[in-house]
Formats: sequence, C-alpha cells, structure tokens
Amino acid sequence: MFAAENGLKGDPRLQGISEAIRVVPHFPKPGIMFQDITTLLLDHKAFKDTVDIFVDRYRDMDISVVAGVEARGFMFGPAIALAIGAKFVPLRKPRKLPGKVISEAYELEYGTDCLEMHVGAVERGERAIVIDDLVATGGTLSAAIRLLERSEAEVVECACVIGLREVKGQCRLNGKPLYILVEPRQIENCC
Amino acid sequence: MSAYRDEDPRIHDIKTRIRVVPNFPKPGIMFQDITTLLLNPKAFKDTIDLFVERYKGKNISVVAGIEARGFIFGPPIALAIGAKFVPLRKPRKLPGKVISEKYILEYGKDCLEMHVGAVKSGERALVVDDLIATGGTLCAAMNLLERAGAEVVECACVIELPDLKSLRELSFDFMVSNGRGFLRSEFSKNDKWLDLRK
Repeated sequence: MFAAENGLKGDPRLQGISEAIRVVPHFPKPGIMFQDITTLLLDHKAFKDTVDIFVDRYRDMDISVVAGVEARGFMFGPAIALAIGAKFVPLRKPRKLPGKVISEAYELEYGTDCLEMHVGAVERGERAIVIDDLVATGGTLSAAIRLLERSEAEVVECACVIGLREVKGQCRLNGKPLYILVEPRQIENCC
Repeated sequence: MSAYRDEDPRIHDIKTRIRVVPNFPKPGIMFQDITTLLLNPKAFKDTIDLFVERYKGKNISVVAGIEARGFIFGPPIALAIGAKFVPLRKPRKLPGKVISEKYILEYGKDCLEMHVGAVKSGERALVVDDLIATGGTLCAAMNLLERAGAEVVECACVIELPDLKSLRELSFDFMVSNGRGFLRSEFSKNDKWLDLRK
C-alpha cells in the first residue's frame, strides 16, 4: 500500500521525497530507468522525512527486528531501527557475513542470486520488518522474508522508499503487506 | 586519537558486543564482526551517540560512508548532525557520473567511487567506516573528497586493529591501541600517507 493512501494523503513530505530522487536512464543497461536514491541522501530534510515516516508507522507496532537488504537497505534501515529501539540485521550477498549463516536463493532476470543472514541474529517469535530502497519484481524481498521466517520470526511488513503500485499483480509479497512511500519517477521525452 | 583512552563508560559494552570470527575471510585473520553490536539497540545507539557528540556543532555538512559497513553507521550520524550522507562505493554501483580512486590491497588493487556533484568545494566532511586496518580504503576516501574540494575534518571508525603498526608509525597523530575497542582515528595529512597509496 502506498503511504499516500494510508494516512499520508497530501503529506507534503512525500512530494519532497519524490522530487529528491534522481532518474538515471539506461542504467545498469539500456531500457532501465534507474531510481537513484543517493540524491535523496544529499537532501537532509528529505532524508530525515523518509526515515521519520517509517519510524512513525512502526514505532508502536512492537517491532524488534529491522532487516535491511544489502546495500541500499543499509542506508535506511539502521536509522529506523535506532529510532524504534529495534535491532538491525543486515541481509547480505554470499560470503560477506563472517559467521554461520542461512542462505536463500532467488531468481534474477538471468540466473539466480543468494541472500544470507547470520544464524542467531533473529529469535523465534520476534516481529520484523524488511527494508530496501526499492521493490521491483519482489524477488529479493521474497528471499528476505523467507530468511526471517526460517528463523521463526514474524514478518510484519516490507517497507520500501520506491515501488510500483503492484508487484506481479499483487499488493502483497509472499502474503506480506508492502508499504511504499513513492512511485518510480519518469523522465519526460526520454527515448 | 581515541575515545578508548578516555574510557567513556559506554565503551566497555560496545567492545564486548563486537564478535571476533577467527580465520575469516582467510586463515590467520581475526575478523571483527560488528553485526553483533547492531543486535543490541542500546550499544548501537551508544556507538552513534559517541560520534554525534563529537561532531555535532562542528559545521560538518558531509558524512561519507564506505561501502558497505560504513553505510550502517554513517547515515544515522549524518541525520543527527544535520549533514548529507554520501555513499562511497565499489565500481559500477553508482548510476551517475563518478570520480574513481584506486587503492592497494594486500594482493592487487581495488577502487572506490563517488558521484560527481555530491560534494561541493569547501564543505567540511567526515569519513565513516566500521574498521580501519591498513588505512588504504580510508585514504582513497579522503582523496575522493579532497578532489571534489571538500575538507576532510576526520576519519571516524568504530574499531582499529591493534597489530597493524606499520602505517601507524608513519602517522604522528595516530595512537596505538592496546586491544580491540572503540576508537576514533584521526589522520594527519603528511606525505608518508601518499607514499603508501602508490
């Protein structure tokens, strides 16, 4: 669900956040309009607003785990975790985490990739959110959800700064709700 | 200089929550794992607070974090002190126009990139990473910021490795630590740093 439809309709912060995101055409390959959040991070007010909106939503939901997907999920997740008093759990590409891990494979357009989480980071029954900058196909977030559920945590919601109205025709991912701040920006007159 | 020497009461708990993983990523290396620190909200908050207390009110407008663990500590610091956050990334991750800086690894080379235009001339900047070992990555980071015209005020790290003395002996502002712990590292800009980067 979009923030604008869930209590934040007309919230001026959302427009500021959207306008602070830069679109880079044809990255990483032709045809892709890349949503670049690094320009959002350069705008202190917009960056703070982004974190504040997530914090306001999750602070009273008894969340004890914020899991962030490498690497851009690391830019948003820790600040949210700190503000709501939750632990931060990084979900990483293979062979980055030094301790014992559980792994979850997921599909890319061509081939597969893998996401890992430390064994013991999350305890049974903990309530968790997953955070990433953007949701596209939902493959990475689905892998993240599965990692947390394999550790017997309850995934309450997936939170993304940017996302399409529907992911594969659904407003949910693996049955979990999605909370998205803004839609991807377009560039007019771009080939 | 180091906060460790001042022994703020929060430091002990921060130190004990960092896990050492032997022989990762290869035999002989005692890896300092900060993920266990992040599992304790109070200790993680204390870590950030110690940095924020040092840097707030010092007119710092840029916090640059080194991929990927610098992305965990840098943004909360940036948000708290009113600065922008600038990610410094491995090659081909940043989508826009970048400047690149090579640096030396134990075997071979690597490269750090920053978006053109992220930093303006005259801005005062911090570099943040979880750990300093040889200092090669931090030097590359400082170079990127200085090439963009920024002034690097300090490099801030959670952990310093105690046994890598060679670089430290060359930098007269660097304090020897006597164990793993919470430290800030301050680099002096002298030629000996430049020699090691070549």
